[in-house]
Order: sequence, then structure tokens, then C-alpha cells
Amino acid sequence: MKPAPFTYHRPASLAEALALLRTHGPAAKPIAGGQSLGPMLNMRLARPGHLIDLNDLIELDRVRVKEDMLEIGALTRHHRLANAPEVQRSLPLLGAAAASIGHYAIRQRGTIGGSLAHADPAAQLPLIAVTLGATLVISGPAGTREVAAADFLQSIMTVDLRDGELITALRFPLPVGDLWAFEAFSRRHGDFALVSVALSFARDAEGKIDALRLGLGGVDTVPLRLPEIEARAQGRLADEDTIRDLAAATAAAIAPEDSAKVPAVYRRELAETLVIRAFQSALTREEGA
Amino acid sequence: MSAPTHDPLTLSLSVNGETHDVRVPARKLLSDVLRDDLGLTGTHVGCEHGVCGACTVLIDGRPARACLTFAAQMEGHEVTTVEAMGRPDALSALQQALHEEHGLQCGFCTPGIVVTFEHYLRENPDPTAEEVRNVLSGNLCRCTGYQNIVAAVLKAAARMRGEAA
Repeated sequence: MKPAPFTYHRPASLAEALALLRTHGPAAKPIAGGQSLGPMLNMRLARPGHLIDLNDLIELDRVRVKEDMLEIGALTRHHRLANAPEVQRSLPLLGAAAASIGHYAIRQRGTIGGSLAHADPAAQLPLIAVTLGATLVISGPAGTREVAAADFLQSIMTVDLRDGELITALRFPLPVGDLWAFEAFSRRHGDFALVSVALSFARDAEGKIDALRLGLGGVDTVPLRLPEIEARAQGRLADEDTIRDLAAATAAAIAPEDSAKVPAVYRRELAETLVIRAFQSALTREEGA
Repeated sequence: MSAPTHDPLTLSLSVNGETHDVRVPARKLLSDVLRDDLGLTGTHVGCEHGVCGACTVLIDGRPARACLTFAAQMEGHEVTTVEAMGRPDALSALQQALHEEHGLQCGFCTPGIVVTFEHYLRENPDPTAEEVRNVLSGNLCRCTGYQNIVAAVLKAAARMRGEAA
């Protein structure tokens, strides 16, 4: 398996990268970590005429906390995301999800921008971005625009990215609830999950659930946030009855694809189990803290 | 640095501390350039889509799949292959432990495992068996010799920490 021929470009700045993307239009494909695009090139599922290597745009490799947001540069690698103190402090859910991507060597190269642009419906970072209401910062011929992750992700591997545009950063609003969990089930360690669950919430002094955010991956063509389940949880005690009710309601609210390998009923039951598990691990972590 | 855009490219690559000038197509994978052009055949080519881990090398000291990297991308970066990690007459602690624990059968996956864990044990000198298994999940051994590989990594880690093992 060898890639089809292409012309290789190595821009030294964002401006140069954008100029190359504009010049070559749809024939150009940006490459950063290459952990998803590499296999597609090798198998010739992608045959771009021009490859624009973004790895020298080190200004896009950054993690920083502003007052009300965590901003992650598009070139930030999963391994850094998983270990950055800023992420561990302000958004540990994001760090935990990043630590579970692929394998050790894959995480050293793969980038957050690449993961969003690739938009695998079962991938970790799109799920976290949708669940936590993140915004993408996109640069292009018309300047810079921001788009909500939920609008950016349109379908399987289909995103709102126009010719000549490049993701430069991802912004997560802060603060979020201090209880969180990421749960995923895959057949083999490191594979994409069949179903994944991202959970974040706070609890008031009486132990009642506040500001729940619940997202599911692997159950639709894009990661889903479930506002009706979030509303259903508001103000209820985080006890076993509530958790089971929310999990059952989640399973009822989704309509996963039916296939011979993974029947819809299986994904539905997996979602229910993972929601229960996510609440339990969030609460257990709180007790241990 | 602005791009050379004509094919084939003339590249200056730093591999295992030596500089090599090669002339290769832009689409040539790092794994193939290491093997075909530089004669460094310790980097093995298995699945060629990043799953098996046999082609793992270090890029600027961090593990990476050579089959998901183009040699053209490596100008200005330091590549380290398994050839730099020990010699038959002077095995690294990890290689010695793999030998003693029979942590290899056919040996095809071994270079990728050596490269991965030479780095990982510097990052985490005292891993649990579970942590070793987690990292090892990125390297497929089709002989399924994982038990012995895990034992070897733990043994090497103990020795590198200066403990008897």
C-alpha cells in the first residue's frame, strides 16, 4: 500500500499555509499528525494532488486558559492534551478522553484539529467538543470565523470546512461541573469505540444534579448531545434510581444504525450500561478525591 | 522553511545522529526510505496503516509510526531507529530482558516494541503491568507472546531503576 503521487508543501506560517490552500483548492489536503490521513493515503482512499504539511506551524501547538475558556491550538497533540496541567485542572474530562485515543505512538503525533476535521463519529475529541459546547476557530480566505462543534460536524467524516479553510483552535467554555466521566467500549483496546459516553455535572449541597452535560458517540452519524436527558436530570438526587432512569431514557432517546455486526439493540443496551457506569465512576472519583 | 515542491526531492535526513542525503519521491514513506535508501532494515513494515506498530521509530525522541510519516516531513527533525538502541555484543537492558524472558518468538514485532519501550521506560521508569499492557496494545505480536514481553519490560524497568531482577 503506497500513496499516489502528490506535491509536498511545507509552509512556515499560517499565512503561507492558507495561501497554499487557496492556490490549490480542493486538490490540496492539509496534513498534521497524519494518524488518520496517513492510512487513507496509503490505501489510496484519499489522493490529493498537494499535501500541505502543517507541522511547522508551532504557534498552533498551544494550550492556554483564559478567564472563561480553555483554548487549544489545532496542532496540539493528544499526548500533550492528556498531560497538560491546564487541561487536568480545568477540563479533566478532555484530558481523560485524549489519553484513550488510539495507542501510545498514535497519541504522540495525532492532533486535536486533525481529529475534528476527520470527524469520525466514534472519535473521542468530537464527542467531548459537542458535549461541552466547544467552538472551532477557522481561518480562511474570508478571514476568521467561529462555529459551534455541533454545527461543524455534519455527518460521517463530513464537516463545515470550505475550500481554503483551516481549523486553528478549539475553545471550550469554562467552568464546567467538577464531576465527570468518559466511558467507552470497544472490541479491542485502542480501537474506535462502539459506543462512548461523555458526562459532566455539578452537585449542589443537597446532592442534587446541576448543569448536566451528556454526550454519546457511536450511536449516530455525529456525536450527540442529549438536552432532553440533561433537563430530565436537573435538580434530582444523583442516586441509583435517578441514574437508572436517566440511562433508560438515554437508550430510548437514541436510534443507532442496525447492522449485522452491531445490531441497534446492542448499541442501545451498551449506551444504557455506559451511562450508568459513567455516573458511577464520576461519583466514585468524587468520593476518592 | 519553505517547501521544496519538485519530485523527486533531495532531502537531508538526520537518522541516529548521522546526516544522510537522499533523493526520493515526496510520497515515499519514512519506513521505506529507512529500509530501501538507508539500509536500516531494523524498522519493519507490517500493516502500513498504523495499526501493527512494527515500524515504530522515534521522531525527536517520541515514538511514531514510520509508515504514517513521509521522509520529506523529517527534514529538520531527528529520527532514531532500533539500530541505535543496542548492539548484538552490547544489548540494552530491555533487549537483554526480552532475550532472557523469551519475549519474542518470530521477532518481527520486536524492533517496534524495543523502540516504544526504550522511550516509555524513560517517561515512566516504574510502570505497573497494566500500564505496560496498555502501551503494548499499540504493538501487535502475531505469535501472541505478550505475557513474556510484559515480563521482560517489567524486568528491564527494575534493572534500569537499579533494582535486582
